[in-house]
Amino acid sequence: MKLTGAEILCQTLEQLGVTDIFGYPGGAILPVYDALGKSKLHHVLVRHEQGATHMADGYARASGRVGVAMATSGPGATNMVTGIATAMLDSSPVVCITGQVGSKLLGSDAFQEVDITGITMPITKHNVVVSRAEDIARTVREAFLIAKSGRPGPVLVDITKDAQQASAEFDWEKCVPKLPAKRKRASYDKAEFDRAIELLNAAKRPLILAGHGIMISGAMKAFAEFVHAGHFPVAMTLLGIGAFPANDPLNLGMMGMHGEAWVNHAIQEADLLIAVGMRFDDRVTGDLRTYAKSAKKIHIEIDRAEINKNVKVDAALVGDAREVLEALNPHMEKKARPDWHARIAEMKGDSAVRDIQSLPDFGHLYAAHVINDLWKETNGEAIVVTDVGQHQMWEAQYYRHNKPRTLVTSGGLGTMGFALPAAIGAKFARPDADVWVVVGDGGFQMTMCELATIVQEKIKVNIAIINNGFLGMVRQWQEFFYDKRYVATPLVAPDFAALANAFGIRGERITTRADVAPTIRSARESKESVLIDFRVEQEDSVYPMVPAGASLHEMIRRPNNPLVETSTEP
Amino acid sequence: MQTLVAYVENKPGVLNRVSSLARRLAINIDSLTVGPTENEEIARMTIVAHTDAKGAHRLEASLEKLVDVLLAENISERSLLERDLALIKVAADQQSRPHLMDLLKVFRGRVVDVAPDSLIVEVSGTVDKIDGLLEVLRPYGVLEMARTGRIAMTRGGDLLQPPSEAAEPAATIKT
Repeated sequence: MKLTGAEILCQTLEQLGVTDIFGYPGGAILPVYDALGKSKLHHVLVRHEQGATHMADGYARASGRVGVAMATSGPGATNMVTGIATAMLDSSPVVCITGQVGSKLLGSDAFQEVDITGITMPITKHNVVVSRAEDIARTVREAFLIAKSGRPGPVLVDITKDAQQASAEFDWEKCVPKLPAKRKRASYDKAEFDRAIELLNAAKRPLILAGHGIMISGAMKAFAEFVHAGHFPVAMTLLGIGAFPANDPLNLGMMGMHGEAWVNHAIQEADLLIAVGMRFDDRVTGDLRTYAKSAKKIHIEIDRAEINKNVKVDAALVGDAREVLEALNPHMEKKARPDWHARIAEMKGDSAVRDIQSLPDFGHLYAAHVINDLWKETNGEAIVVTDVGQHQMWEAQYYRHNKPRTLVTSGGLGTMGFALPAAIGAKFARPDADVWVVVGDGGFQMTMCELATIVQEKIKVNIAIINNGFLGMVRQWQEFFYDKRYVATPLVAPDFAALANAFGIRGERITTRADVAPTIRSARESKESVLIDFRVEQEDSVYPMVPAGASLHEMIRRPNNPLVETSTEP
Repeated sequence: MQTLVAYVENKPGVLNRVSSLARRLAINIDSLTVGPTENEEIARMTIVAHTDAKGAHRLEASLEKLVDVLLAENISERSLLERDLALIKVAADQQSRPHLMDLLKVFRGRVVDVAPDSLIVEVSGTVDKIDGLLEVLRPYGVLEMARTGRIAMTRGGDLLQPPSEAAEPAATIKT
């Protein structure tokens, strides 16, 4: 069957199971848009191409399926760069399709020509230019395969306009991916495996560091079995949240710069760390010279380049987390470890104090209150999509996620402006889910144009703006490390509720504690999206905090005030 | 200094991906050579990099993550043969020419071009040998030099061949 390259692209995407594409048209991709109109694919018109990539990313993270973003050449393609880098740093399977000027014009500085494969080379897992219609189907299938396999990541396919317009034979059976025959490395040898087993069964104070890789590999069941067999306490990375239920007594909470104090102390006291699908990012280790000095380390990780990159390990099991855990499980000895758990409980102190609900209302609205109420009102079952900064850390601390893929957040790149578009993508991936955006007043202003996308697509995404009138996390650093010189952090914002109304979205402004839960309840009951502007305490900080470059146990603790921390100093 | 060998797809842009990766890892490349193999679709690279064993592991593992790199191996610790080829144009008049010829014998260099005022010397060998020859030629006046950079191969039965098995069948993978 002869089709144009543009039609071949649409048919290939349909065959690959794609239903939604997030994009923005333009000259060099117009043939594809013409074909899109005749296809079964649903196109979501974004308001900025950065939004398209974040939506595809949010779609991928909420579902595990490949998200697809589309843009034209030149500025359309360069606007995608931040979104692509965000997906790269967090191993998210995204395929970006960009139009390119005609192949005869390549290299001539034609109108809207940019070398997007050159630009995105270091921030994609792979990218490729296609200049012949007959190569489109195979290349796109390869792109999906690469994006999804191993450690996932973004792939960009740049298709010249003449390739979109030319005709070629399309036969799904014949256009199979032809990826280079790569060397297959044995993932680990028996000696390494036996050493890991020995370390696991001999440990007195073991601790698991649970990361994003558990969710990517779908290892939740094998992981839970592993944890319960060894009765291991579990610390979560930011992106690992959801991989193991927060309500399991063995889940200690988040580790790292804004991790729970008892978690960071437990890491420093452990005699064995078992890292699963995480990469010892500087935000979770603090100063590497003092990190977990008394602990042996086992690293279960699919990416060989991560082994010994930041932390030298004693046993490296390179492979898919689920496969490795399933191989380990039959060898695990049942343990109770009462002394170690008692020690952690002692460090944790009186956890009732953490229940901020029972604290008296001093008339202040704290972000933690808002997040805590959001957690309670949504029964901990919403998909929460956060931006980057203080609210992101409070979400991680106060919203207790029991299910995988229910926290969508930009961890590695820390991309402000991520939340709103990513939540739109998550809603398309999980239409039945209760999707909430938790975003600061700074990040929201970066991509708030996507409110129009919500309206145009008639989808329901509720938005909680944690509005403190500052670029809060930067302000916090200025408070701690720059003598409260608040340079460029006080932030003027529009009246967000009125802004929402201008877009045709219901807007609310909340300033008191008592109004938080009822408003969240009413937003959930509404058929349409609701934006709630929570005016919270302006100069609150996230505690505890490990200053950048400090040792993990050297945390700045919350001074005496209404929000008391639970952990006692060991 | 660490020596890596890589087999890569012989197509446009691959050299850029490899060198861009080294740049991203802040690893300075001392020399990088690319040449064809007996399979025209595959090229072989020898990369000599200013880094330690840890950096070489990272470079090796990161290279293998590139779709177009079929295999990358750090061979620094293995028994290996290294060769560098140089063409050196050296000033030579009637008087100095016989002395130069004598020197070249010691270094097993060959004169491949003779002009009234200069010679072109071809010499191959280890980097040390070529550096040694350069040292002694310098007083005569080295006018121009071109070097290939190192190529390396492990000795004897220690084979490093491109993977030959076909790519995994992927036709059934869906989103």
